[in-house]
Amino acid sequence: MIHVRELRKYYRVHERPPGIAAALSSVFRRRYKNVTAVDGIDFDIRDGERVGFLGPNGAGKTTTLKVLAGLLHPTSGMVSVDGHEPRRRQDEFLKKIMLVLGQKQQLLWDLPPSETFELNRAVYDVPRAQFTETMRELTDLLELAELVKKPARTLSLGERMKCELAAALIHRPRVLFLDEPTIGLDVSMQAIVRDFVKRYNERHGATIILTSHYMEDVAQLCPRVIVIDKGKLVYDGGLEKLVARIRPGKRVVFRFAVGVDQRDLASLGRVVRHDAGETVLDVDKDAVTRVVTQALARLPVSDLTVENPPLEEVMSELFSRGRHAGGGAAP
Amino acid sequence: MSLRATFRALPTLLQVGLASAVAYRAEMLVWVLATTMPLVMLALWTAVAQGAPVGRYGQPEFIAYFLATFIVRQLTGSWAFWEINLDVKNGTLALRLLRPIYPLWGYAAESAASLPMRCVVSVPVAAIALLVVGPRSMTHDPWLWLLWIVSMIGAWLITLLVNLLVGCAAFFLESSVKLMDAWGVLFFVLSGYLIPVDLFPASLGRLVDWLPFRYQIGLPVELMTGAHDPTTALSLLARQWTWVTIALAATVLMWRRGVRRFEAYGG
Repeated sequence: MIHVRELRKYYRVHERPPGIAAALSSVFRRRYKNVTAVDGIDFDIRDGERVGFLGPNGAGKTTTLKVLAGLLHPTSGMVSVDGHEPRRRQDEFLKKIMLVLGQKQQLLWDLPPSETFELNRAVYDVPRAQFTETMRELTDLLELAELVKKPARTLSLGERMKCELAAALIHRPRVLFLDEPTIGLDVSMQAIVRDFVKRYNERHGATIILTSHYMEDVAQLCPRVIVIDKGKLVYDGGLEKLVARIRPGKRVVFRFAVGVDQRDLASLGRVVRHDAGETVLDVDKDAVTRVVTQALARLPVSDLTVENPPLEEVMSELFSRGRHAGGGAAP
Repeated sequence: MSLRATFRALPTLLQVGLASAVAYRAEMLVWVLATTMPLVMLALWTAVAQGAPVGRYGQPEFIAYFLATFIVRQLTGSWAFWEINLDVKNGTLALRLLRPIYPLWGYAAESAASLPMRCVVSVPVAAIALLVVGPRSMTHDPWLWLLWIVSMIGAWLITLLVNLLVGCAAFFLESSVKLMDAWGVLFFVLSGYLIPVDLFPASLGRLVDWLPFRYQIGLPVELMTGAHDPTTALSLLARQWTWVTIALAATVLMWRRGVRRFEAYGG
């Protein structure tokens, strides 16, 4: 479905030091520098896959998505989406894809979302019967009935995102690019959006490519992740495998019936947090059974859970390794 | 998008554009008030012509001219520049580029969609004009009225295309507001909006004949008020449509080059 080879994208940006003298001098003489946003990445995505793009701010994730959606012309390299060269933005291609930008909206601000839906129906040349059926399905899944007649500007952020998703799917795209679709949403709305995207993928077999800073989005939606840092691809594979490689240990969370001295915990593992409510330890994967047995025997444990380290910490460690070593985890 | 598919989508684009145009009633009123400059000029020039005619213009001619100017400006105005300039600067152009319709069609449709609202303002003014100055101040030649319609379409197209062209300059200049301001100054002075172009000194008048500004306002007003015989009108129309062609070619070229540079700022 998607093939990317040696993709590079450089931006030419104007830069100047702060201050009035520099501002005036920049009127007559401008200094530009080339910024590398994407630096020779390769990957393939199969039809119907759900893939998460991860990386710190400025890593090149959104640039890659925009190149895949045909918004940006690559500096060099080959990009193919379902047999199309995105930068040519042929109608056939545009009718197969959609990019949802969490920080930008396609809804017509002063009009009810129903007007945007109708506009998209006309622009994408969707037959009336298919439009009616799609709208019925989207209205049910996203509970839009109450929202579609209010001006978009009066909707809450979460309500707007639901309508944005509906507007994006009227032509039933085969490839859906989602750039931070849950940004700014509360936890329950994030869950609704995630659930909806998953169902859309399962029902229509659409390929989903997602970027998000909320690791929960990626963990819940994407069996496969592509990690980009400083424009380079540093990992491509399963999320579980990435976690196991970066943080092979487990995290054991204890709740005690009475207070426990931190010194009594040191022999069990590395104490991450110890307070009145909860104690968190990092332990080797092979030592989990021993640690749990010892803790139950020696300490007043009222509750315990064993879990993987949080994805945020795994990613943070991955990027920190990249900064120090000039690379990351090999794919 | 093929031309056929674009035309199929056009009624919906116009309908949505009209709905947007009427979304803010107060803004609409302010906008109408902001385009009443010809009525101010009408008062000014009729006062000047009180003692003696200025060129071929006595008081009734000035009244007819500036009421016609008001109508022409209402029906041929376009503010597409602001949309495209903002879209390029903020990166919201990305959302238009994702749709399988040439974005320039979208801007044109939005611009045309406000026409019915402008008719609400200009039709009563036209009626008042007829009452005040009488039908003799307007042309009676049906042939000239036909040419007037063609000139109105040409005037609207030049105004729209210049808006789009200067808007596209934002791809290269980051913001093209000042460029539009500069165009605006030349437009107000040289289009016949403030001063009928036949009152210019002969040398300036000859220059104005070859510039696009007169064909945005002056020519349709002159045809309405019967200033030209059909032969002269046809010759001026040919110049107007030459400008339409030049503006169209320049806009499409600028757009194509600009989109390649577009950096879709923001997430």
